[in-house]
Amino acid sequence: MSKPAAEEPLHYDDALLRRILTNTRTIAMVGASPDWVRPSNFAMKYLQRKGYRVIPVNPGHAGKDILGETTYARLRDIPDKFDMVDVFRTSDAVGAIADEAIEVAAGKGARVLWMQLGVRDDAAAERAEAAGLTVVMNRCPKIEYGRLFGELGWSGVNTGIISSKRRKPRA
Amino acid sequence: MNDKPKKAPAAGEYGIETLAIHAGASPEPVTGARNTPIYQTTSYVFEDVEHAADLFNLQTFGFIYSRLTNPTVAVLEERMAALEGGRAAVCAASGHAAQFLAFFTLLEPGDEFISSINLYGGSITQFGHSFKRLGWTCHFVDPTDPENFQKALTPRCKAIFIEVLANPGGIVLDVEPIAAIAREAGIPLIVDNTMATPYLCRPMEWGADLVIHSTTKFLSGHGTSMGGALIESGRFDWARDGKFPTMTEPDPAYHGLTFFETFGDFGFTMKARTVALRDFGPAMSPANAFYTITGIESLPVRMERHVANAGIVAEFLDAHPFVAWVSYAGLKNSPYHALAKKYLPRGAGSVFTFGLKGGYEAGIRLVESVNLFSHLANVGDTRSLILHPASTTHRQLTDEQRQAAGAGPDVIRLSIGLETADDLLADLDQALG
Repeated sequence: MSKPAAEEPLHYDDALLRRILTNTRTIAMVGASPDWVRPSNFAMKYLQRKGYRVIPVNPGHAGKDILGETTYARLRDIPDKFDMVDVFRTSDAVGAIADEAIEVAAGKGARVLWMQLGVRDDAAAERAEAAGLTVVMNRCPKIEYGRLFGELGWSGVNTGIISSKRRKPRA
Repeated sequence: MNDKPKKAPAAGEYGIETLAIHAGASPEPVTGARNTPIYQTTSYVFEDVEHAADLFNLQTFGFIYSRLTNPTVAVLEERMAALEGGRAAVCAASGHAAQFLAFFTLLEPGDEFISSINLYGGSITQFGHSFKRLGWTCHFVDPTDPENFQKALTPRCKAIFIEVLANPGGIVLDVEPIAAIAREAGIPLIVDNTMATPYLCRPMEWGADLVIHSTTKFLSGHGTSMGGALIESGRFDWARDGKFPTMTEPDPAYHGLTFFETFGDFGFTMKARTVALRDFGPAMSPANAFYTITGIESLPVRMERHVANAGIVAEFLDAHPFVAWVSYAGLKNSPYHALAKKYLPRGAGSVFTFGLKGGYEAGIRLVESVNLFSHLANVGDTRSLILHPASTTHRQLTDEQRQAAGAGPDVIRLSIGLETADDLLADLDQALG
C-alpha cells in the first residue's frame, strides 16, 4: 500500500459494495504477486477460497502460474471474460491501467474498476465512470468481503453493520 | 407523529443507545441464538491444513486460539469500537493490560511519552515504575495548561496520554488543544475514557487517536468482571515521519508482514493483538466478555442515573458544615465546570472527591461509619463506593505525587451508584456526624 491519498474521504454505500461482491465471479488482479507473503498474493488466495476466480496480471511474471492461474502481462491478453479489475499497484500506475480497463471493458464484460487500499486516482476514476464502469478506490475487496459477510468483526473491527436478522451466506 | 417513517439509518448513524445493544451482536448464524453465546472454548478446528496456515500467517480471518481471538470477546471488541466511533478494538484482561498492549505496540526501548499527572494511581505506578524497567520513560506534566505537553516534547516522545475525566479528582481536561499538539508532533493522543464512558464523552470526536478503557468499571457496570479495551480511530498515519517502525517495517515474527500496509486503518489493533496479546497473554475471558456485553446494553440508562445521583450527593456535600470542599465538575463552582459542559454535556460522571474539615482522622471515621457505601477500591459499580485514596490506590506514591494527583490525606473519593438518592444522603449524613 502506498500512502493514502490526501483527497476527500471516500464513501461507498454498503449496498453498492455488497452488490459488486455478490455479482462478481471473475476478477482480473493487476499487480498480483507470486510471493506468498505479499498482500496481493494472500488477498487473491482469500478471494479464491470464497469462490471467486482470480486471474493474475503482472508483466514480470507473464506465462507463470500464481495460485493455480496463468499470469498475463496485460488485461487485453486475458483470453477469458472477467467482471472486475482489481488494481494492486501504486496510485501513479492507475491511470494507464484504468485506460486499458476502459478499452477492454466491453469485450471482456468488465463492469467494475476497483483500486486497493491506499490506491486512488480521481482523474482515472472519472474517466472510468464516464465509460460506464463502477469505480471503488482505496478499499480492499478481501476486507470489504469480510466486513459485509460477517468475518471482519472477528478481529474486533467496527463493521458498521447492525442487524437483527440471521445472516445468510453469500449467494 | 404524522411524519412518514424514516429510512433506516445508514452505518454509523445509529444512536448510542442502539449501538450499546446491537453493535457487534447479530444473531448467531448457525443456531439463531439471539443473545451472544459464551464461546467457552480455547481453540477452533481448522478447515484443512491450508486454512490453518492462512490463519497463522494472518492471511485470512478466523479463530485459532482464545488468547488471540474469541467469538464472544470479538462481539465486545466490535461494540467498543462502535461506541467510541473508532475503527477497531482489542480487549484485554484488564484496563492495565489494555494500556500495556497500546504502549508495547507503540514504543521501543529508549522511547518516551508524556502523560498527564492526573491519573488513576495504578497508571502512575505502571508508567513511572514498571514501564521504566522496559526502557520506556514517562514524563508527567500538569495537564491543566495544555502548553505543558508542548514543552515536554522530546524527539523520542511517541505518544501523549490523558484521562479526559480524571480519577480521582473531578478534573476535566481540555482535550482539543492537547490533540492539536499531538497532531503537530506526529504522535498519537491516547485517552483513558474509563471515568466518562462513551455515553458521556467520545474522545475521538475531539482528536484522540487511541482510546483505552477499564471495562471493569461503568461498562460492565455491576462490579462483576475485569476487563480492558484498546480502540483505534483508524485515522492516524503511522507512516508519516517514520516514527513507528513496528507499524511500518516488516515484522520478523510474521514472515516480513507489514501491519500498516496489510491492515491499513485497523493495523494498530491487529498488531496489538497478534504480537503484544499473543506474546504476553493477557487475554479477556469469554465469560467476562459476556458479562460486560450484558452490562453495556444498559450503559446509557445507568449513566443517566449515575450522574443524576452524583449531582444530588455533590450538592449535599457542598452544603454540609463538616465538608471543606467538593471537587465535582458538575458543580457550578467547579473550575472545570465550563470544560465539563463542553466535553461531558450529559454529566460529569459519578466519581469525585471531597475534603473533610476534620482532615485525616475525620476521613478514617467516615469510611468506617458508612452503612450503604462500600469501603473498597473500585469505581463504576451499581453500588455506591467510598475510598480514602491516600491509604489505598495512591499509597505507593510520594506525598508530592499524591497532592498532584488530587489524593491528599484529607481526600475522600466517592463513586456514586444507582441507589435511592435520599438513602445515600442519609448514610453520608449519619457517618459524617
